[in-house]
Amino acid sequence: MADLVIRLRHNTGGLIALILFVVLLIVFIIIHPRFNMLALEATANQGAALALVAMGQTLPVLTGGLDLSIGAVLALSNSVGSELLSGPPWQIALGIVAVIAVGCVCGLINGLIVVFGRIQPIIATLATGAVYTGLALLIRPLPGGAVDESVSEALTYSVGGVIPTPVFIFIGLVLVVWLPLKNSILGRGIYAVGSSEVAAYMSGVPIKGSRLLAYTGAGFFASLGGLFLGFQTLSGDANGGVTYTLNSIAAVVIGGTSLFGGTGGVVGSIFGAYVLRIINSVLLFSGVPSLAQPLFQGAVLIFALMASALRLIGIRNRLDVMS
Amino acid sequence: MSLIQRIDRPLLFTGILILIIYFVGASMFPQTLTDKYLLQQLQIASYFGVLAAGAMMVILLGHIDLSIPWTMSVAAIMSTAIAGPGGENSIAALSVPAALLFGCVVGLVNGFGVAILRVPSMIWTLGINAVLLGLQVFYTGGFAPQGSASGFMKAIATGHLIGPIPNALFVWLLISVVMVFILRRTPLGRYVYAIGNKEAATYLSGMRTRGVIIACFMWAGFCSALGGVLLAGYADQAYQAMGDPYLLPTIAAVVVGGTHILGGTGKYSGTVMGVLLLTLLSSVLSVLQLAEGYKQIIYGCVIIAMLLSYGRAQKVTA
Repeated sequence: MADLVIRLRHNTGGLIALILFVVLLIVFIIIHPRFNMLALEATANQGAALALVAMGQTLPVLTGGLDLSIGAVLALSNSVGSELLSGPPWQIALGIVAVIAVGCVCGLINGLIVVFGRIQPIIATLATGAVYTGLALLIRPLPGGAVDESVSEALTYSVGGVIPTPVFIFIGLVLVVWLPLKNSILGRGIYAVGSSEVAAYMSGVPIKGSRLLAYTGAGFFASLGGLFLGFQTLSGDANGGVTYTLNSIAAVVIGGTSLFGGTGGVVGSIFGAYVLRIINSVLLFSGVPSLAQPLFQGAVLIFALMASALRLIGIRNRLDVMS
Repeated sequence: MSLIQRIDRPLLFTGILILIIYFVGASMFPQTLTDKYLLQQLQIASYFGVLAAGAMMVILLGHIDLSIPWTMSVAAIMSTAIAGPGGENSIAALSVPAALLFGCVVGLVNGFGVAILRVPSMIWTLGINAVLLGLQVFYTGGFAPQGSASGFMKAIATGHLIGPIPNALFVWLLISVVMVFILRRTPLGRYVYAIGNKEAATYLSGMRTRGVIIACFMWAGFCSALGGVLLAGYADQAYQAMGDPYLLPTIAAVVVGGTHILGGTGKYSGTVMGVLLLTLLSSVLSVLQLAEGYKQIIYGCVIIAMLLSYGRAQKVTA
């Protein structure tokens, strides 16, 4: 019982994101004029790429860093994918592997610059982001390309007409990638580095390996986002990643991961990303004039952040908030 | 201490690189040697430099202002809307003061969220940026607004009062003088560096750290708005998302100039050099007529190379 309480307390942020997600989903189902499974499927697909990128962004954030190149990695994978993802099945399979490899290499380069170059992650990934965007532009100067439709259909529809495929993708990624990673030595190191780098170093945590893993993982998830986007839009766009970087940070924060590192997790970020997406859909159906919708989206984010300031009420010593 | 050690490394490296880029450009394209080209680059650098001055103040605190793009855009659209078509509205004279006041208000809201509500600046200013975008779309209906720059805006952005020297350079000079004065000659400047190093210690020393943070964000908002007004004067119009391409280069210029991204250290002279370096780099890359992709790649590699040569952190030790 005490164990459960501790676990809950450690995941409060993620739980709030889950509750927010469920509430918004119910509101969405109620106010949707013609709700059916297709509407649910469309929403699941619209949010999937952002959710994948947000999962990736979570890892560097947990180490107390940040990946500002994540949108560029998504765009680069998407552009590479638009060149490779057509033809016979073996070629598509090879293409998928190649796209994921591209993402991992991009992430690894970020990690190497941060770990061995000892440059602050914000600025290092800002610069590598420009490089990756440049590469994507060389591969695909104009949006377009051909992506095979049969895989696309399999990925963006529902299983048995009830549960959208992205749900299975997320469950699969959490079970096969995230949980083993989190419980590995390097994975625990990601949390340890974010809590206190010096303490982690003193305890013999492999801080270099953990950091490298975090950034490589970010590239891996970003490439999955690029792949999904490719299958969804059947094309590639080198400039398509711009909004993903900043939205992924918002999704990570809503999902309960601290920007200072050390607490949170990937699952909350998935809900965070979908909260952002469903808010858009809810606004669309709630009769808010379409021109006012961007304003409402911004206002919702600001109010969510203001609500997070409620924690200040319980703090007696002002030094406690000056981390 | 030898002479080599005494020279500021960011200044030295950016200076050398500026010379290299300039000679590479000049050897391939003789027109870059003309003073007309150089003055034009200084004019463009002035717009950029004003933005970087604001961004630097916030970065020195250990915070970041991601609301630069839409503060710029809204300030620009506001100023042209007040100036009216052809810049001939009866209240056209109010366009610049109104836009600058707006910038200060945005800064006040940013500072409130960061200093009082204690939301991390990276996410709070991002949210404010989204709200400004929303306000803009709501107000203009998603179309470019009718209106153009007032005579005064055109004069400060593109005019020449003294010989061939662009007026924008004097605007940048004025902002720079204020910046150096604040950082070097006022208690506020000391507090900025102190907070960037350790806010809790500064607070315990009796400083009113919240006021300092709010003041710095207001200065950043003011500079962003001024940058937007200058760009609107340069283009003789304002358009949606005109500030979006400026966010990341502005932060890059400050950091390449030797200011630590986590705050606490950095010289204003470095920021000036960073601005000159990145302006000249993107200009020469344009003159070379490389594909956009190569430009981005070179741009990114230069930033990484500069930081690897002097921006490295200490090794983690016990």
